[in-house]
Amino acid sequence: MWAASIPPFVPFFLAAALAGVTRGALRSALMILIPVAGFVQLWMTSAGIHLQASVLDFDLILYRADRLGFLFGYLFHLAALIAVIYALHIRDTLQQVAGLLYAGSALGAVFAGDLITLFVFWELLALSSVFLIWARRSERSYYAGIRYLVIQVLSGLLLLGGIIFYSDTHDSLTFTYIGLQGIEGWLIFLAIGIKCGFPLLHGWLTDAYPEATPTGTVFLSAFTTKVAIYALARAYPGTELLVYIGAAMTCFPIFFAVIENDLRRVLAYSLINQLGFMVVGIGIGTALALNGAVAHAFNDVIFKGLLFMSMGAVLHVTGRINGSELGGLYKSMPKTTVLCIIGAASISAFPLFSGFVSKSMVMSAALANDFNWVWLLLLFASAGVFHHAGIKIPYFAFFAHDAGIRATEPPRNMLVAMSIAAALCLLIGIFPGMLYQLLPYETNYSPYDVTHVLAQTQLLFFSALAFAWLNLQRLYPPELPSVNLDADWIYRRALPVLWTRISVLLWTVDTWVRRAGMEVLQHGISQVTRLHGPRAIFSRNWTTGDIAIWIVLLLAVYLLLGFLRAGNHAPV
Amino acid sequence: MAEKIALFDKRENVRRLLHVLYFVCATLLLLDLFIHRHVEHSWERLIGFYPMYGFVGCVVLVLVAKWMRTFLMRGEDYYDGRDGTAGGAVGDRVSQEEGNDVGR
Repeated sequence: MWAASIPPFVPFFLAAALAGVTRGALRSALMILIPVAGFVQLWMTSAGIHLQASVLDFDLILYRADRLGFLFGYLFHLAALIAVIYALHIRDTLQQVAGLLYAGSALGAVFAGDLITLFVFWELLALSSVFLIWARRSERSYYAGIRYLVIQVLSGLLLLGGIIFYSDTHDSLTFTYIGLQGIEGWLIFLAIGIKCGFPLLHGWLTDAYPEATPTGTVFLSAFTTKVAIYALARAYPGTELLVYIGAAMTCFPIFFAVIENDLRRVLAYSLINQLGFMVVGIGIGTALALNGAVAHAFNDVIFKGLLFMSMGAVLHVTGRINGSELGGLYKSMPKTTVLCIIGAASISAFPLFSGFVSKSMVMSAALANDFNWVWLLLLFASAGVFHHAGIKIPYFAFFAHDAGIRATEPPRNMLVAMSIAAALCLLIGIFPGMLYQLLPYETNYSPYDVTHVLAQTQLLFFSALAFAWLNLQRLYPPELPSVNLDADWIYRRALPVLWTRISVLLWTVDTWVRRAGMEVLQHGISQVTRLHGPRAIFSRNWTTGDIAIWIVLLLAVYLLLGFLRAGNHAPV
Repeated sequence: MAEKIALFDKRENVRRLLHVLYFVCATLLLLDLFIHRHVEHSWERLIGFYPMYGFVGCVVLVLVAKWMRTFLMRGEDYYDGRDGTAGGAVGDRVSQEEGNDVGR
């Protein structure tokens, strides 16, 4: 079928162009139709290389489909559909166009068969998504967008540098296993690491995502980081370093999440924490671990999307998002509350919710491969996720003390989008086989045995008990209007301060050099003045009389000399 | 309906919810004694390993996070008006701000 050779990004790009010139119901219908039709089309496509092109000397593989790509392809269509429905009430053409371009770029990246095509979509991801941040149209979001764009483009440049070195040592630019060999391996690793939110490279994520529009953050949370997970799974499976990087990613954000006030920033931290589980899975690299990593990516897009949607709904309706200003919304937003709790239960990996069926695969793989300490860290992070995302988010937004806000439920399209995501969370949680059959490797894994269910339930309920106890003892840190320093401090504060210091130093040196120069100059001028100044030796006026005397004197000397010479030759 | 909406306005209901939580936790702990689990790690054999780990882990998490506030927390406007501005204005504000930081 001819349509099989159309890469999945093409319909999205066309729809973006059409969304720019259409309005109202027509645009809405178009935007819903594209992900649905794309999903059906993808479902009927077989594996293989469907579209190649030669540009200059490069053979580009624009559309390569395999099991790993398919999984992310289905996921991105679903995520795009949910996010589009969630944003249907928006009249802002900029956001609608950017959202579709962004989703299309993500699809382009996961079906790119070669590194150059991957690079193009890697940069398009950055360029299209930044408009979702700028669309908030505040000074804060403008600067956050600039910082986001700079770092995303930097990731692209590292990727490009890696590709250039890669082409020196490899005959083909096909995107396949790369590994940490040579400078190209490290450059590409770092490029992916930035987009993936590796520790210390994660600042852009927690900086920018909470500054986007309520609907924009839902798009953002789905694509960029998951494209990075896809790229890691393809290029670096079984890289042991990733196990430790991933373990760090699961643990450090939960501390920040506990003390963070902006609830969408709490979710951004929790996003890094969930990425950590996937990175650990990719690092372990066995079939079970890789299956767990990509399955968790699949589930995370949906439950994290659901959580971002519920907080976006709160922000949309109340105009507030700080935990310190919210509370008691369950009274006026009961549907949103229930939907948020479903998302919270899913991310916490409660049995029967989607997080459980994928996270347990990574945990089992860590134990099976003797990463015992990493397993303990993951267990700690699991309890921590429940604590900050599972309890804190619903508790401070919808319960806690009544902040006196009397809101209404969000627009119907937002509720529909959240309901679809919630239904998927439950469906995958109860029937994990639906997801397992799509995984890259054959699996007979069963998450629902007594051991796993009991262990996870115990862990979670006693975490809840800890929350209750800390609250009753008044040990729980209150939500405070504040900013917590994180990695973005390095380029938002330390580097500017360093730059200022260097400028001040240069200014001082410059002043000193100028002053020394002036002194030398002054000295020279005074010397010249001494010799050439008024009545100085070189500047006296000579009168005509003086000159005449000197000339007479000179002539007299000549005359004398003349006489002497004449005397010598006098005739005798 | 009105009663349902104000569910947790009644302290009694909050207390009931807590009692349910205590009961479930106690039951889960007791199940450890009766259910034979297929363990992969020797620590899992310890009675009450998961409940203890969850509880202690979360308490440690919260206390450490609270401690982190002492050196990570800044005012809400800490970064405001500084990121995009350039030149001498940056230096002026930074030096003022640093003075404040020391005092915190």
